Amino acid sequence: MTTITEPAIRVQGIEKSFKDLHVLRGVDFDVARGSIFALLGSNGAGKTTLVRILSTLLKADAGTATVGGQDVAANPGEVREAISLTGQFAAVDEVLTGRENLVLVAKLRHMKQPGKIADDLLARFSLTEAGGRRAGTYSGGMRRRLDIAMSLIGNPSIIFLDEPTTGLDPQARIEVWQTVKQLADGGTTVLLTTQYLDEAEQLADRIAILHRGTIIQNGTLDELKRLLPAAKVEYVEKQPSLEDVFLALVGETGETEGEETGEPATAGTRADKKKKEEAAR
Amino acid sequence: MTSHAISDTAVLTGRSLRHILRSPDTIITTAVTPIALMLLFVYVLGGAINTGSNESYIDYMLPGILLITIASGVAYTSYRLFLDLQGGIFDRFQSMPIARSSVLWGHVLTSLVSNLVSVAIVTGVALIMGFRTGASFGAWLAVVGILVLFTLALTWLAVIAGLSAKTVDGASAFAYPLIFLPFISSAFVPTESMPAPVAWFAENQPVTSIVDTTRALFAGEPVGSDIWVALAWLVGIIAIGYVGALAAYRRKVS
Repeated sequence: MTTITEPAIRVQGIEKSFKDLHVLRGVDFDVARGSIFALLGSNGAGKTTLVRILSTLLKADAGTATVGGQDVAANPGEVREAISLTGQFAAVDEVLTGRENLVLVAKLRHMKQPGKIADDLLARFSLTEAGGRRAGTYSGGMRRRLDIAMSLIGNPSIIFLDEPTTGLDPQARIEVWQTVKQLADGGTTVLLTTQYLDEAEQLADRIAILHRGTIIQNGTLDELKRLLPAAKVEYVEKQPSLEDVFLALVGETGETEGEETGEPATAGTRADKKKKEEAAR
Repeated sequence: MTSHAISDTAVLTGRSLRHILRSPDTIITTAVTPIALMLLFVYVLGGAINTGSNESYIDYMLPGILLITIASGVAYTSYRLFLDLQGGIFDRFQSMPIARSSVLWGHVLTSLVSNLVSVAIVTGVALIMGFRTGASFGAWLAVVGILVLFTLALTWLAVIAGLSAKTVDGASAFAYPLIFLPFISSAFVPTESMPAPVAWFAENQPVTSIVDTTRALFAGEPVGSDIWVALAWLVGIIAIGYVGALAAYRRKVS
C-alpha cells in the first residue's frame, strides 16, 4: 500500500531566483495526505513563489517537487488534474455573477451538469441569494467564499490556499477556517500559507516556518512549542481580547453577513458556529 | 488535453463576450472615433482633397476608416488580458487542466467578434452618409476576409502588449501608433501628393496595400497585385504576432 505512505506533496531542494534575488534557497518538506499543512512566513519569505511552483505556474531553478505523485515540472498536466489553487487575491471574474463564475469553472473542468454544481456550491457557501449578482459587488468575505467554492469544483485532492484570510474581517476569517477544516475532514490535503500565527495554530496539523528562502522549522504545534523552554505556570486574569469583544458584540446584535447575502435564515447557525469557535480557543 | 482545446476556447470566448455584452460601451467607444473622423473628413476636409478620381470622397476613405476602427478596437484586448493577469483569474485558469492556448484564443476570438460589430456600425453610418458600392457578393466576402485577417494580425500584437505590459495604460498605449498608421498611407489622400520620403514610406507600409485592395473591391475594380502584397503583409504580421504572443506567454510561466 505505497499509495497511503506516499505524501501528497513532496518538496526537495527547490530553489528559485528572480535575477539576483534568491527567493528560495533549497526548500524541503513533505505533506501527508489529508492533512492541513501551514507554511508560515513573513511577507517576502517566498511563500507565494513556492505555491506558484507547486501549482505549475512557475518553474523552479533547481530541486524537485511532486504533487499527488506527479512531478510538477515533468507532468504539469497531471498535477493540474489533482490540484486547485486559491491565490492571494480572490481570483473571481467581477463582471460575471457568482453563479456564472462557478458555472465557468465547472465547464472548464469538463464537469457534467455545471448548473447543478454551481447551485449546490452557492447553497453550501451561503451565497444562494447573491448568486445572481455580479461578483464585483460582493464584500471581501463573500468574494473569498466564492473563490474557495470555485476551487472545490471537480473535488481536487490537493488544495493550495495562498494567504486565504489576508484582508478579511474576523467573522469572514472564521468562516474560511471552518471551510478549511471541513475540507481536511473530507480527506482533502490542504497546503495554506499565512503570516498569521494564530491561523496556523488554529488549523494546521503541521507547521513549517519559511524564512529567507529555507524551512527553518517543521513540526506539529506541540513540537514547535517544545523548542522553547518549558512553560512556566502563572496565574493571570483572563482578559478578553478585542477580537472576543468584537465577535461577542456583533454576534449578539445582528449579522452583517445576513445583510450582505440577504439570508437571515442562516445567521443563527453561523453565530452558533462562531460561539463554538470561541469556546474552542 | 488537445481534445478539450476547442470546448475550452468556446467556454472562455463565451466568458469574454459576456464581458462585452455587459459593457457595450467598449463597442460604442471603438466606433465613435472613426465615425467622428469620417464626419470630419467628408464634411470639413474632404471638399479640399483631390483624390484624382471621380468617386465620392466617402467611398475613397471608408477602407482607411475601417482599419482605424479595428486598430482602436484591439486595444481592449490588451486591456482585458492585462486585467485578467492582474486579478489572478489568469493564474486560476493556468492552474487548471485546460488546454494551454485556450486562454489567449478566447480573447482573440472575442476581439474578432467585437471588432466586426464595430466595423458593421461604422459601415452602417457610412451608408447613411452616402457610401455606395457596386461590390459583388464575392467582393464583399473578400473585404470581410481582409478585415478578419487585419483584426487577427493586430489582435495578436495586442496580446503581446497585454501580456508584457506593466500598467493598464501601457497595455493599451501600443494601439496609438497603429491608429496613426492609416494617416500616412493612401487611406485619405493619394500618396503622390506627399513629399518623396513620406510617399516612399506610405507606399511601402502594409496599410496602403490593404486600403488599395479594399477600395478596389468596393469599387468593383480589379485588385491587381495589391491583394498579394496585402495578404503577404497580413499573414506575415499574424505569424510574427502569434509567435511573439506565445513567447510572451511562455515568459509568464518560467
